[in-house]
Parts: sequence; C-alpha cells; structure tokens
Amino acid sequence: MSQKIRVVIAKPGLDGHDRGAKVIARALRDAGMEVIYTGLRQTPEQIVSAALQEDADVIGLSILSGAHMHICPRVMELLNEKGLSDVMVVIGGIIPDVDIAKLNAIGVRGIFLPGTPMRQIVDFINHNARARVA
Amino acid sequence: MSVIVETAKQKWEREVLEPTLKKSPERQGPFTTISGRPIERLYSPEDVSAIDYDRQVGNPGEFPYVRGIHPTGYRGKLWTMRQFAGFGTPEETNQRYKDLIAAGGTGLSVAFDLPTLMGRDPDHELCLGEVGKCGVNITSLADMERLFDGISLADITTSMTINSPAPMIFAMYLVVAEKQGADWQRISGTIQNDILKEFIAQKEYIFPPRPSMRLITDIFAFCTEQVPKWNTISVSGYHIREAGSTALQELAFTLRDGLEYVQYGIDAGLDVDEFVPRISFFFNSHSDFFEEIAKYRAARKLWAEAMRDRFGAKNPRSWQLRFHTQTAGVSLTAQQPYNNVVRTALQALAAVLGGTNSLHTNSLDEALALPTKETATIALRTQQIIAHESGVTNIVDPLGGSYFVERLTGEMEEGTLNYWETIDRMGGMVEAIELGYPQKEIAESSYQFQTAVERRDKVIVGVNDFIQEDEKRISILYIDDTAADRQLSRLEELKKTRNSAAVTRTLDALRATARGTANTMPAILDCVRAYATVGEMCDALREVWGEYEEVPII
Repeated sequence: MSQKIRVVIAKPGLDGHDRGAKVIARALRDAGMEVIYTGLRQTPEQIVSAALQEDADVIGLSILSGAHMHICPRVMELLNEKGLSDVMVVIGGIIPDVDIAKLNAIGVRGIFLPGTPMRQIVDFINHNARARVA
Repeated sequence: MSVIVETAKQKWEREVLEPTLKKSPERQGPFTTISGRPIERLYSPEDVSAIDYDRQVGNPGEFPYVRGIHPTGYRGKLWTMRQFAGFGTPEETNQRYKDLIAAGGTGLSVAFDLPTLMGRDPDHELCLGEVGKCGVNITSLADMERLFDGISLADITTSMTINSPAPMIFAMYLVVAEKQGADWQRISGTIQNDILKEFIAQKEYIFPPRPSMRLITDIFAFCTEQVPKWNTISVSGYHIREAGSTALQELAFTLRDGLEYVQYGIDAGLDVDEFVPRISFFFNSHSDFFEEIAKYRAARKLWAEAMRDRFGAKNPRSWQLRFHTQTAGVSLTAQQPYNNVVRTALQALAAVLGGTNSLHTNSLDEALALPTKETATIALRTQQIIAHESGVTNIVDPLGGSYFVERLTGEMEEGTLNYWETIDRMGGMVEAIELGYPQKEIAESSYQFQTAVERRDKVIVGVNDFIQEDEKRISILYIDDTAADRQLSRLEELKKTRNSAAVTRTLDALRATARGTANTMPAILDCVRAYATVGEMCDALREVWGEYEEVPII
C-alpha cells in the first residue's frame, strides 16, 4: 500500500502574507497529501528541523518579500548537512527571472510564479516527490 | 404603484424576455460578482421602491452620507493622489518622493520594509535578505531625517503604513517636524496604526491584542492634545481583501474593527466627538465595478448611523467616513503585465465613483516587483486622466438612483449588519479574533475564489484564458543587497556615536511606563530623541508584554 506524500509548507522570513501558503496547503491536502503548515516567520533551521521531525518528502516555501536568494540557499545547505538531500524543495512566490536559474542550480526543483494553477502544483509534486515504500 | 411596476416587469419577462431566451439562451454564467454574489439580469423601480430617499440615502453632505460627505463632491476638491512608495535606503526613497511631487503627486505615502514593520533592526537573524526589499528601512531617527531631507513637513501631508511600531515611527516623524520648525498643532498626515486587521489578515503583529490596543488609544489621547490634525488611525480593509475576503467581508470586518477602536477609546476615558473625527478608513478597489461602488456607499451610511446611534456622537465630523482607496494588488497578473494598466484604471474609476477621498493606483509591474519610476508614473497618470478627462468629476455620485447600485448598496448594508451581530455576540472584534472567526471566514472565501478560478467560473485574462505563449518579459526594479549592507553599517556606526547612557535610561523609562498605565507616547518620544532604534524600543515592550503567536487556520 502506498503512503501519502508528506509536505511541509513554510513561510520563512518576516512576511505575513499567507494567502498563497494556505490555499496551496489546502489544495495539497484535498489532493490526498499529508500537509504540515509551519505557520509564520520560520527560520531555515526551524523549517529543516520540521521536515526532519515530520519525515517530510517535500518542503514548500512561500516567499513574496524578495528574500528568497538568502533563504533558499540556507535551506538547501541545512538539508544536505542533515542528510535530507532527497527531500524535494519547491518555492512559490514573486521570483524575478534572473533568480530562477540560480535557484534551480542550487537544487530547488519547482518554482511556481503568481497565477500558477493549483492543479499544476499538485501534479508536479505527485510526479516528482520521492517514492514512499510501505 | 409597486403592483403596476411588478406587472410591467412580469409582462416584459413573458412577452419580451422568454421568446428571446428560447431563440438565443444566455451564456452559461454563473452571473455572480467576483465575491460570488448572484446578480439578477435586470433591476427596475421595484428594487428601490422601499427606499426612503431622504432618510436612507440623503443628498451629498447630509446624513447618512450615502452620496458622499462633501456637498460638492469633486467639484470642490479632487481626491488626494497619494502614491505609496518606498524601497532601499532612506536616500533612495527620498529621491522617489521628490520625483512624485515633481510629477504632480499631492501627498506622500511611506512604504516601510519588513524589518521596520516587524520592529526588528537590520542585524536580527529574521531580517536575512529583507532589509530595504519591500519598502524603505528605517532603523532610527537618523534614517527618518534622511527620508524627509529637503521636504518640508509643514507643507505636505504624509501617510505612513506602519502598525505595530506605529508609535515609534510616528514619534520619529514628529521629532523631524520639530527639528524643521514645523508646528505639531498644524502638521497633518496619517498613520495606519490598525492592529486588528494585522491579526485578521496581514499578520504583521508583535504584541498581544490588548497591549496593542492600548498603544492605539494612547495615540488617540496624545494626538487629541498635541497633534490635533493628525489622522490617528486608518482602519484598513485593504489587507483583509488582499487576504482573500469578499467585498462584504472587507466592509463588515473593517467597519467592525472601527467600532472596536471607538469602544476602546471610550473605555479609555476619551470623548467620542474628540477622537472619532480623526479616524479614517482604507479600502480596496477590486475588479467587480459595481460591487465596489456599492461597498463605499454603504460604508458611509453604516459608519454614520453607528456613530450616531451606537455611540451617541453628536459632531457631524464623527459621522462622516473619510477613506483612502488602493486598487487591488491581488488582481494584478504576472502574465501579460500591460493588462494591469487597464485593470487598475477600472478599479480606480470605481473608487472615484464611490467617492474616495484619496487614492493609490498600482503599477503594472507589481505582480513581479516593486514598481519602476516609469510604471509608477503611468499609475499616477491614470488618476489624472480620470480626474481631468473622463468627466466623472463634474457630478456628485453619478450612480445614485441606479436601481442596481441602490439595491446592491442596501444588500451590502444588510450583510454587514448580520456580520456585526455575530461578532457582537462573541463579545467584540478582539474576542472574535481570539476565536479565529474572521480568519476562518477569509480563508474559506479565498479558497472558494481560487477554486472558481481553477474551474474557470471566473476568467482571469491572460491567466486561465486568453493565454499568450512566449510572452516577452518586461524589465523590473531589482533590489540588491546594497541597501542592507549600508543600513547594517549605519546601525553599527550609530551605536558607537550616540549617547548610550541616554538610550539605556529612556528605554528603561519606556519599560516602566509599559508596566504602568500612563500614556506611552512621551516615553517613546524620549527614546527616539536619544536615537534608540525601532528594534530596541520594540524589544523593551516585548519584554513587558510578550509576543503574539497565532494558531494558523487553513
């Protein structure tokens, strides 16, 4: 029997605009995933430790403030340190074009810009999250 | 009369409508507003026959002000064209302000960065990558002096979007005014200072609700005596709407927040007619044209009646709801960004037809970044075209008497009163927030809307229909880390050069004031004059009051 994909949705940084994070959390849950929403203002350390404790397959970061080039590298670094490099990281938010290649290069798998259909995000995670063995 | 009208409509339905529907059926719909409110095909005199014009609508400048608070509408004075701006260092933003004033802007509006909004200095770990990104970074009085360098505070009005640290930022503004020789009795402007909508929607809170409310009533009391022309609060629906509420929820929760502030002011011993005239509002203008207009018209009536009947206010200025509007940031699309100019123009027109007192129009690139100088200018020009070319400013409340608009205005009013009843039963808005009630309502609406978009019940041009592949990307304002580095080194410098004994002494005094019941503003002004930082002042209060943590609701 296959287990549910486990997703940690996190809002790093100081921003409190959580509409996107919450809508996605609910869409993933409605699509049959196990969703853990960390709440606001999480440091990269807190996010990675939540992923470890929750045995997450996916971390979804919501960043609208422009701080992504500081936060994402730190999250990737910590995941590698803790031996969690098979946890897939995706990000949603306002990401300028020039940063997309840089984020891909450090291992961020999915980058979802404003206007992305929820369905597309659900499909992406279903196809790309690590396989769970029962 | 109504019997005859109804018959006429029924006759029309039978003789004209039904044969037409048989030949060519209507589009599939649903025919609903962007908030999901069903809209009928046709409104007619029967929809307004129950309205008593003199009592329930009234002429402009007359209670209950449905048609506007000024008898002459925009013939007397146009709305204030107030463009929200701020990024990077105080010097960069200062230059943007000078450009906006040169382009004909008539008021300033300061956007602060997240560290400032959250009461954190640039060297705090949570500020990583955030300094100067979403607005201007203001750490101490020294930054405020740079922000307004060469701009006379006696001659302009300034709106500052600041909430939890509103007393600290306002105190900095007052000290800059003082140093310029401007009289506190005469300067004017607005601080947002609306913490309830932070708990409900935008989530830029620091302290728990009750001490947060005390900071606000302290400002009410302080300004009544010392800065009588200052708008002490801008009760905001904008962020509630951006978080995904419906138009009705925006209206109902915002005005109910307003009632909560008035009640707390009265409970703090203030005279209703002394502080209520300085309360202003801030609404969103979204894309559903008539629903927005009805919202503004209903807002004026609801406020006027609540002030008179619920709180016994006698001063007409307490009854008159004044509001700023910003077009809906959330409606802007990253796809085909030039379409955003059109969206913004329609939203701005709705705000004007609804009688807004001041207006911010968004720039076309704001789904992608903060605006460039060029896009910010187009946004301002949009307002100038409405004001000077469209002709809508010749007449007061041109849509008054429209069967549809009057009926919709009535529906917005009724829906609001229902929400108020629910919130009153909970004990008030602070209690409702503690129960998570408005938060849940908004989360539900926002999910419903997104689902409607995915089903394509709601079309968003360029996003879920009329999509254009291989779009050319536009160039955007990219904010690098120069501002952050500069603000960090300035903070180090400041800590070396200021009188640290004075900083310690004034911060201790602030802690003592917070533990007691005296007004906090004088103690905060002393800290500011000693060049204590926003982070230090907020930390002093965090030590006394603690920090708020919400239980997230999905």
